Amino acid sequence: MGGTGGKGGTPWLHLAPALVVLGGLLVYPVYELGLISFLEYTQAQVSGGEPTSFQGLGNYRALFTDARFGQVLLTTVVFAAACVVATLAVGCALAVLLTRIRALPRLALTLAALGAWATPAITGSTVWVFLFDPDFGPVDKALSRLGLSGFDGYAWTYDRYSAFALVLLEIVWCSFPFVMVTVYAGIRAIPGEVLEAAALDGASQWRIWRDVMAPMLRPVLVVVTIQSVIWDFKVFTQIYVMTNGGGIAGQNLTLNVYAYQKAFASSQYGLGSAIGVVMLLILLAVTLGYLRLLRRQGEEI
Amino acid sequence: MAWPSTTTPASLRTLVLVVVGALLCAAGAGGCAPRTPAGGAGGDRATGTLRVWLFREVDNAPKAAVVDEAVAAFERAHRGVRAEVTHIPVETRAQRIKAAFNDPRSAPDVVEYGNTDTAGYVRDGGLADLTADLAAWDDARALDPAAKRSVTVDGKLYGAPLLVGVRALYYRTDVFRELGLKPPATLDELAATARRVHAARPGLYGLAVGGAYTYAALPFVWAHGGDVAERKGRSYEATVDDPAARRGIAAYTSLFGDHNCPASRCARMTGNETVQAFASGKAAMAIAGDFSHQAMENGKVKGAYAVVPLPGTREGRIAPAFAGGNNLGVLRSSTHRTLAVDLLKSLAGKRTQARLFDAMGFLPAFTDVRAEAARKRPFVEPFVRTLASGARSVPVTPAWAAIDAGQVLPTLLQEVVSGRADVDAATAGAARKMNAAFRKNGLRS
Repeated sequence: MGGTGGKGGTPWLHLAPALVVLGGLLVYPVYELGLISFLEYTQAQVSGGEPTSFQGLGNYRALFTDARFGQVLLTTVVFAAACVVATLAVGCALAVLLTRIRALPRLALTLAALGAWATPAITGSTVWVFLFDPDFGPVDKALSRLGLSGFDGYAWTYDRYSAFALVLLEIVWCSFPFVMVTVYAGIRAIPGEVLEAAALDGASQWRIWRDVMAPMLRPVLVVVTIQSVIWDFKVFTQIYVMTNGGGIAGQNLTLNVYAYQKAFASSQYGLGSAIGVVMLLILLAVTLGYLRLLRRQGEEI
Repeated sequence: MAWPSTTTPASLRTLVLVVVGALLCAAGAGGCAPRTPAGGAGGDRATGTLRVWLFREVDNAPKAAVVDEAVAAFERAHRGVRAEVTHIPVETRAQRIKAAFNDPRSAPDVVEYGNTDTAGYVRDGGLADLTADLAAWDDARALDPAAKRSVTVDGKLYGAPLLVGVRALYYRTDVFRELGLKPPATLDELAATARRVHAARPGLYGLAVGGAYTYAALPFVWAHGGDVAERKGRSYEATVDDPAARRGIAAYTSLFGDHNCPASRCARMTGNETVQAFASGKAAMAIAGDFSHQAMENGKVKGAYAVVPLPGTREGRIAPAFAGGNNLGVLRSSTHRTLAVDLLKSLAGKRTQARLFDAMGFLPAFTDVRAEAARKRPFVEPFVRTLASGARSVPVTPAWAAIDAGQVLPTLLQEVVSGRADVDAATAGAARKMNAAFRKNGLRS
């Protein structure tokens, strides 16, 4: 922290407003979350029916001895990874496409993407479930009319993987616009001469993306990747609405829906906070690991 | 976007500090633990304003009219007392009522609540013990025993039943006539009838069943002589894996499949969805409540259906139904305790319940008022008969809230229906989860 030397309280004074806001909005809730996760804290304690009692690691023990928790955690990680990869691929591809097309189709594509972006998750999920409904949905009808008779009245949410695929499609649909718009803005900031030079050297579109655009877009990609990881890891609405709260016999449970069922719906806030702390640590580890990986590759970010 | 390179260790250090701080704090005097209100009892003022929260029904005006009349009579009888009635939305009632427990100053004095919530609200310290207040209440003698059990926790009364709800078998009179079928007299006949309808009319579910429709599965368990749990001392023990309960689960889950209600569609269905299926003409039979009458009348099946009690395992028996319903209670924080109990007696009394039946079709919780209702409106006769033969409920313990929220019974049904597990394995798994919940919640109850 250099120049001001030993007794410099002035920098802290200047930082104080920011620190107070940060402490109030960030540290304090996390502190409460951590605290409650060590307590027996249900509605009875909140409303004064019973005294609050310290449980030590009791809530965490309950969590890690539940065989279901491990399965749900693994499912969540794999599903979130698939969503992140799919969202980034679609978002980046369409961002590149946006730079290559004329004004009118570009406007149409942007408006369509903004429409998807602006749709509330619960509305989007309900509409998607309706589209794929085995009795009334147009998707099954269209597929079977195309000669794929196996899809006549096909119940998408019955099989575990087709249910996850359906949710993945919805998540990609509602989260690619953020990636597309951000990456598009990044591409626009790349000097035209660089891309022109690459094209003159005979580089293919894929080569230009891999060796010119992607490295220059790295800071943007870092942000959208971390954002996507966090969003997709925390997915709740889509799973809850599209699979009726976790699917047949809980086959489509993800961590957030599991936490809701296991803890919050029955007011076991202590257990719910323990799940929250575990999620926080995982997301922190993933994010820090990712940043460190980038730093090791010699990237200034 | 620049990420300062000091972020990593600093935020980690903060986190460690927070966790360590939390540990120290919680282990110590608890001076920094989250606030728990003192939660003491209120008072007993004789004048002022009473607050009442009732559920807002889909078509609430007739209910409000009956309630306003009862409240006006109460205000005339008590000088200097006013009662303010709020109709709260049903969907968010849980949050509203919990918030009321947390903040006595904005809480109501009298509240309507679902009868499966009784044990939880008592444990939360929200409801007042009314045993002494209701001992001398004349009306109470005619209370249906199942309804009375639903306001009773450990032998004490925590309110009065306002209405009861019960399910029976709806069937399509036109379909049955065309196929020459009679309403089934046993559960086996029910399954056979469902198959015959689906074979003759592949576009219809014989009997619409749902893998998430617990209240349709429970009567099968009870009719076969089983139960989901039984009382052991101060807590409960799961009995859903006993032979009798397993026979009931097997009977219900055997209704799923291409012969009646394909698992790919029906495994995920809830009670509402089976009612929708019947109302829209996609099912020849459904298990639905007296409270679903309006949905049927608004649907395609209007004028082409009738209701009989869900039959038991032998001819002449009725499968015990789940005793649903709502109760009225007085909050422990009420500052007008005697007045609140008086108002509760008036709102949940025979006179008001009879008028609520006329206005809303709510089944009265008093057996004599109910018999009169069945005479007036034959539609409710099968429901009244079902109640008279003995309705049952789920265990009255706060653990049930955790079991319900954890989807233990739907998971059990769906595991069997989708072929993931057989009845023995699935019921054993459900019993394990239920016992864990009973143990956890039985410690201090």
